[in-house]
Amino acid sequence: MKILVAAKRVPDPDTRIRVRSDGAGIATEGVRFALNPFDAIALEAAIRLKEQGGASEIVVVGIDAETGVETLRAGLAMGADRAVLVREVAPLDPFAVAKLLAAVCRREQPQLILMGKQAIDDDCNQTGQMLAARLGIGQATFVSRLDLGPDQSTARCGRETDSGTETVTVTLPAVVTVDLRLNEPRYVTALGILRAKKKPIQEVTPAELGVDPTPRTRLLHLAPAPRRKAGVRVQSVDELLARLRDEARVV
Amino acid sequence: MNFWPGSATKRGWSERRPSVEALSHLLVLAEHAHGRLKPVTLAAAGFAAQVCARAGGTFDFLVLGEGVGAVAEALRTYGAARVLVADHPALREPLADKHAHLLAQAVGACGVTMVVAAASTYSKDVLPRAAALLDAGMLSEVVAVQADGGGFTFQRLMFAGNVLGTATLEGPVRFLTVRPAAFAAPASAPGLAVVEMLAVEAVTLPNYLTFQAREEKVSARPDATEARVVVAGGRALKTSQEFEQLVGGLADALGAAVGASRAVVDAGLVPNSLQIGQTGKAVAPELYVALGISGAIQHLAGMKDSRVIVAINRDPEAPIFEVADYGLIADIHQAVPELVDKLRRR
Repeated sequence: MKILVAAKRVPDPDTRIRVRSDGAGIATEGVRFALNPFDAIALEAAIRLKEQGGASEIVVVGIDAETGVETLRAGLAMGADRAVLVREVAPLDPFAVAKLLAAVCRREQPQLILMGKQAIDDDCNQTGQMLAARLGIGQATFVSRLDLGPDQSTARCGRETDSGTETVTVTLPAVVTVDLRLNEPRYVTALGILRAKKKPIQEVTPAELGVDPTPRTRLLHLAPAPRRKAGVRVQSVDELLARLRDEARVV
Repeated sequence: MNFWPGSATKRGWSERRPSVEALSHLLVLAEHAHGRLKPVTLAAAGFAAQVCARAGGTFDFLVLGEGVGAVAEALRTYGAARVLVADHPALREPLADKHAHLLAQAVGACGVTMVVAAASTYSKDVLPRAAALLDAGMLSEVVAVQADGGGFTFQRLMFAGNVLGTATLEGPVRFLTVRPAAFAAPASAPGLAVVEMLAVEAVTLPNYLTFQAREEKVSARPDATEARVVVAGGRALKTSQEFEQLVGGLADALGAAVGASRAVVDAGLVPNSLQIGQTGKAVAPELYVALGISGAIQHLAGMKDSRVIVAINRDPEAPIFEVADYGLIADIHQAVPELVDKLRRR
């Protein structure tokens, strides 16, 4: 079975995000970029399936400017076999990304497509679902448990929903978007980095894929979200209760 | 324009197009569980009512499920023109393949220009899929809308709630999820919406997914997204018993829901569905009480829209105090039992 993993390059989750003064984007000076943490979980799931004998090849796919190569190398160092970079510098949205990934999937014909449930930069949580619809295949989102069926024609997925856990089986090929609790991604080893240097990264353009990547959404302007002001420090439980009762009127 | 061959079929669907092209026709996807309407649906309706008031137009509800008559009935008084209902055993479980298919079909058949739902794991599963079936784009977790000269701009939170983005959304139809806290339920309208049953032909529905099981923690406490008060616990809690005793105890004294930070969920003290934050639930109750929560930005993303925030933490440097209206520097193991005791004695 071939597994395709979508990998997005995002600011490191521990970076403090600042908006550029012209509002046209976030300030990138001094910002470290990394593989979207949810995509790392997706890749870890793929690698474990391969280690258990459930997968033969893992292809990691990024859509990015040239800098996307770094992220893909990190994925190869973790354990993916090869990478595809769709070179595109223009801003994209999940609508456009799903179109591009669908074109890559039609070429690669993976049995399973794994990706994070959301990217931690735009927090959209749309791409996997849109990709599944475009390919006319099933989807399982928010997945925190993943087991392949005996003949690999289905996957049994535990999904994290607002009210608890739900288990579904999805017919393969399918898109599975993963949640935090699926696994803990491994660290990249020195040997992994060395091996990654020899693994191929194929580059394609949207035009070569026959895809018009014009997005449906356009970000006009960014601003820092309004910040809450710190309130008062109370000295005791009695003062807290009195203020909640008389000032805030919430108890 | 239609990617999905089935989306162009209109079998059994009533057809009604808005008389003026420029008018908005919104469709609000209702959410329900155990035969009960989820209140977050009304926030999405509040968004729809706002768009109609500013740009002109009407909105309908769409209810998908089995045995949803009471849900449909409950939606008639909120100013919608119609409540469209697809009631069928095949829709019993909220499986994305079938629900998205029917949503896309309803949009195509009714000339809908905008689809909206409250942001939840259900709508996040279904809406993007339906959008792609119709070659449409989508914006998630919208917190404000402006209508200007025939177009719309939307505001949404990005980067764990740290950045407010202003965006446009073009295409044949716009799909949006909204943050429930950002929109109030519409005022009750004088007339009653018409209930229209949609024909469902089970054999035409896609069948990629099979429902197996659901594990829901049965709790007498309200859901954190619907509660007036939420009490949440963080890293300072070391065992499930301690969590239940302190967080659960205070929650019960206040009639509140419980929530947790990621650290507590990761440690296995409470189920994942209690997690509040960027990757968990976003809540905005009247009162949010953070017990032993340090306040990482990922957690703040899920609760900083609460009206009143109380933080109790031993560490005076904890970032939670930067957003708290009332901060008490104290060990929760002492302060919480005292608080519960004094609340009970009132």
